[in-house]
Amino acid sequence: MITTILSIFITLAVMVLIAKPSGIYLAKAFDYKKTGLDKVFGPLENLLFKLSGIKKVNQSWKQYALALILTNGFMIILVFAVFRLQGVLPLNPSGNPGMEPTLAFNTAISFMTNTNLQHYSGESGLSYLGQMIGILFMMFAAPGTALAVAIAFVRGLSGREIGNFFVDLFRAITRVLMPVALVTGLIFVALGVPQTLEPSITAETIEGTAQEIARGPVGTFLSIKELGNNGGGFFGVNSAHPFENPNAISNFIQILLMFLLPAALPFTYGKMVGNFKQGRVLFVSMLMVFIVFLSTALFYEYQGNPALNALGIDTEQGSMEGKEVRFGTGQSIFYALVTTATETGAVNTMHDTLTPIGGMLALSNMLLNTVFGGVGAGFINVMMYAMIAVFLSGLMVGRTPEFLGKKIEGREMKLIAITMLMQPLLILGASAAALYTPLGTAAISNSGFHGVSQVVYEYTSSAANNGSGFEGLGDATPYWNITTGIVMYIGRFFGLITMLAVAGSLASKKLVPETVGTFRTDTPLFGVILVGTFFIVGALTFFPTLVLGPVAEYLTL
Amino acid sequence: MMANLLVKETNRAAEFPEKERRGSFQKNLPQQPNHNDHKDGKKLMDKEMVIQALKDSFIKLDPRKMVKNPIMFVVEIGFIITLILSFAPNAFGNSGVEPWFNYTVSLILLFTVLFANFAEAIAEGRGKAQADSLKKSKQEITANLLKGNGKTEKISSTSLKKGDVVMVSQGEMIPGDGEVIEGLASVDESAITGESAPVIKEAGGDFNSVTGGTRVVSDQIKVRITSNSGESFLDRMISLVEGAERQKTPNEIALNTVLTSLTLIFMIVVVTLPFFTNYLGFALEIPILIALLVCLIPTTIGGLLSAIGIAGMDRVTQFNVLAMSGKAVEAAGDINTIILDKTGTITFGNRMASNFIPVSDASQEELHYWTGISSLNDETPEGRSTIELLKEKGSKLNASEAAGGQIIEFKAETRMSGMDLRDGRRVRKGAVDSVKDWVIAQGGTIPADLDEEANEIAREGGTPLAVAVDSRIFGLIYLKDTVKPGMKERFDQLRQMGIKTIMATGDNPLTAATIAKEAGVDEFIAECKPEDKIEVIKYEQSQGKLVAMTGDGTNDAPALAQADVGLAMNSGTTAAKEAANMVDLDSNPTKIIEVVSIGKQLLMTRGALTTFSIANDIAKYFAIIPAMFMLAIPEMTALNIMGLSTPLSAILSALIFNAIIIPMLIPLAMKGIAYKPMSSNALLSRNLTIYGLGGVLVPFIGIKLIDMAVSLFI
Repeated sequence: MITTILSIFITLAVMVLIAKPSGIYLAKAFDYKKTGLDKVFGPLENLLFKLSGIKKVNQSWKQYALALILTNGFMIILVFAVFRLQGVLPLNPSGNPGMEPTLAFNTAISFMTNTNLQHYSGESGLSYLGQMIGILFMMFAAPGTALAVAIAFVRGLSGREIGNFFVDLFRAITRVLMPVALVTGLIFVALGVPQTLEPSITAETIEGTAQEIARGPVGTFLSIKELGNNGGGFFGVNSAHPFENPNAISNFIQILLMFLLPAALPFTYGKMVGNFKQGRVLFVSMLMVFIVFLSTALFYEYQGNPALNALGIDTEQGSMEGKEVRFGTGQSIFYALVTTATETGAVNTMHDTLTPIGGMLALSNMLLNTVFGGVGAGFINVMMYAMIAVFLSGLMVGRTPEFLGKKIEGREMKLIAITMLMQPLLILGASAAALYTPLGTAAISNSGFHGVSQVVYEYTSSAANNGSGFEGLGDATPYWNITTGIVMYIGRFFGLITMLAVAGSLASKKLVPETVGTFRTDTPLFGVILVGTFFIVGALTFFPTLVLGPVAEYLTL
Repeated sequence: MMANLLVKETNRAAEFPEKERRGSFQKNLPQQPNHNDHKDGKKLMDKEMVIQALKDSFIKLDPRKMVKNPIMFVVEIGFIITLILSFAPNAFGNSGVEPWFNYTVSLILLFTVLFANFAEAIAEGRGKAQADSLKKSKQEITANLLKGNGKTEKISSTSLKKGDVVMVSQGEMIPGDGEVIEGLASVDESAITGESAPVIKEAGGDFNSVTGGTRVVSDQIKVRITSNSGESFLDRMISLVEGAERQKTPNEIALNTVLTSLTLIFMIVVVTLPFFTNYLGFALEIPILIALLVCLIPTTIGGLLSAIGIAGMDRVTQFNVLAMSGKAVEAAGDINTIILDKTGTITFGNRMASNFIPVSDASQEELHYWTGISSLNDETPEGRSTIELLKEKGSKLNASEAAGGQIIEFKAETRMSGMDLRDGRRVRKGAVDSVKDWVIAQGGTIPADLDEEANEIAREGGTPLAVAVDSRIFGLIYLKDTVKPGMKERFDQLRQMGIKTIMATGDNPLTAATIAKEAGVDEFIAECKPEDKIEVIKYEQSQGKLVAMTGDGTNDAPALAQADVGLAMNSGTTAAKEAANMVDLDSNPTKIIEVVSIGKQLLMTRGALTTFSIANDIAKYFAIIPAMFMLAIPEMTALNIMGLSTPLSAILSALIFNAIIIPMLIPLAMKGIAYKPMSSNALLSRNLTIYGLGGVLVPFIGIKLIDMAVSLFI
């Protein structure tokens, strides 16, 4: 127990230490300043832009958004085609057939939206071509897109031109995602993760039966899965699989990778707006919420399951149901909370079997979607909450609300209001529909309160582009494929575009100079207000749902 | 150029002592920013107003009107549904709720809407009361229309058109807004300003504008009407205070967007909830769902929002400042820079005697003697301060010398005042040029050092007044500018609010710097020309700042228009009033500071009550959620942390709390929350503690208390 807590503490400390330098690096990479990698990628970048005929000019927010939608839309169609046709395409040594249309629809959207909700099982559902073109490619493109938008958003806030989507996307991939993925991928391979294009091997077990052992280019997969907050596992059981997470060190690196970009972005923002304190307040606020959630979850998990405890089962290890013995309760819960906070969706334990409160906190991370959040998208969501906080309490200093010296007025609030509305509409609306129709309820494996949790978790995971499953839900049906596909798509792009519009609108505004009468957004007080806003807006919206799901389950257990 | 400017200032001060006196001096000290107790005679609401507001509360139930306030409209729909259920319990499917519960819920909802309507009606009522008193002065007036042939014709003021010229004589009412084109008269403007001292209006210059409905108390003037009947200043003022022209301000619109969005979110929550419970095998009753929805949507701020806006405008009006729009009041809260004229705003103007300078061979005693006699009956600030200074200097006043003499009043034409003594000697005091002319006319000579001394005083930023007896000039009274008491503190407060003050003055840089330091302003513009003000405003605005300024002259008009908040003096020209977005009826330029405070207070009240309203939801959830689910899931009792007696009483208590908090907060909405100038962080912590933390805690206590009372009945 002590060693677990110590290891968690050390992991968090390392995360905190690398957040700021990484943030500064990001700011440099996107400020079009020289980085060490320019020598490698500079000529390639120039060549590509020359060939494609794309000019590196600043775009308006509308052009930026259009470029984003069209590029992502094209990729979805391309990947959809690959999934459907993988049976007849090369690099299919295991002979996987083409994907069923609704599943292909779901999977293509899932990976383009950085969700990686996997209604298929990786090792048996996809050919290597599907894994590499479909999945791997999108695992770079999706977080790259979100990172680009986040940077464009911050540029707008700081009153600069928004930038160019293609340049940003290219830079996100070449200056950030590829280099880090390459290095950590090699480390993972060194730690025992397979990296091969050979087909699965058949082994004879001690009992004499034949066992199919899946393998493949897992190493390349794994690093970008975590770094890009993608979360889609090469194997169905994701990072609980020994090939995908062999030991404590690989577990440690995976957690760090999940945190890396979401934790760095506040500092990037601070650097870009010229006030580190602004970023630090966001970072500390989110870290505090995370620590409170984590401690509570650990507390309840170590209590064990009361129903099992009543049978006299030893609870020293906590509630071990559904957890890997290699990681134990502590590292499993830590991983679960990190993967939901950063909207990664990789799992090293089955979230379905978390204790009700532990599961609720994992769910709450996604419902709030502001405890770090996924790369780029999460940060933008946090900024939206910051603007709501500024708007509501900023009035209390007797001035019309200002954020970073820009007045927040009707236009911005309208955009924020509809964005704010989308989250409950997607999650509660889709969950209600699923609970109402037999098509939806058929998938639920546990009745009662836990069933409610399963459904809500699935749609929350989709809307927040997390991608982890509560599992236990038989969701590979056309109904679930289509509904979660739609929820993922809207959950992703709606907010990105409205917030780009907000940034565009703010960018064109005059800067109001800061005086002692200005509402300060770089103070601990603002941190408190921000967290208050997360909870007031988030918790009030989902309180009844949580009461009917995990809370009721906890109370009746 | 500088000399010209100085002369101009000098002349103005000497020419219009009455106006200036009324404008600022009689008010004694500048008022403190605590305007809550301003006009303390006026109560927050009187009986008549309440009765009218009660009636209006019902009239406002009209759904066509309610729909403008989406939050309260949702409550009204809830009321209608529960009303139907009271009479036909199974109208929307089978229901297990007892009819009395439907009936009670619908009644509480009705009252919630009525309370909100009442808040708005009472705020409007206060404006109406003021409009009514204005309307009284708007009775039909007979106008003497000047015809082309030079004769006058009596017509009704309502048929006057723009451009008509009318004659107004002593005792008559001015029939419409206009400009004096000939003559000079003193005018009683108390109908508009509430100030009884008459003001002088004359053709040409900056004091030629007259307002319809005011009375000429002496002399006769020729007035060119500048507005058609029905479009006059008074008409606009009436419609403004009545709230007929009220449009939602930008911040109000933005806030409404957020509140509507929260309402929609809670509608999604409540509408989807039955699907969840349905899956779990139990149904939720419609009236309970409606109760939950009404408790969650921000009804408190939704009910009070327009009242806060109207009351904010009203507070400005109560302060005798007429804001042309709520937007202007809101903008006042955002002001970063205030440009204030030195004379009359920061200082009393060149009017406090500070020294006596004998000229030629006159002795100090002689000058004191004659100065005393010339000022004995002078009740202007100059006169009074002269007498005081004489006393200070130990000079004896000889009242007997003056006894029986004939007092010569100050006249704009002569620019002198004084006394004709019994023995025939004539004592005069006045503008140096006028006195010189007067002395020369009597064959006197002008002392060689007079001009030099006078110029020296002017150079130092003072005003010289010459004292003469018959053909001999004895010397000069040095009238010095004095900073009004309390100004330094006011500027300190402004600095704490993050507002920069810039003093504009025609003085030379040296004098300006002295006064600026004494008054404690942040910056000053010396030798300021009207176009300099525009330059400064534009410069500040280019840095993203919002600028407020006051002005009265025609040449101030462009700057007033350029400023984000322009406060024109009612005594000023029509051009200035047209260009400004606020008019101060008392013509007291320091009021701009109060207007800024009111603007801030308005925004703060809005923010505080919004925070309070949303924070309330936490307690309401803990009252209603366990109550809703307790029957189906008995373990939910664990969430009943307030220990409310029964599920139904818990729901009713939350609903009752939700309703009565509206009328309880009406006084706060009307008066605005307490505001003391302090740094934004201090202000925020304070308001957040009171309204945020208070908003979380108060309903827990309130609902518990109501539940204890309710449980006696059910």
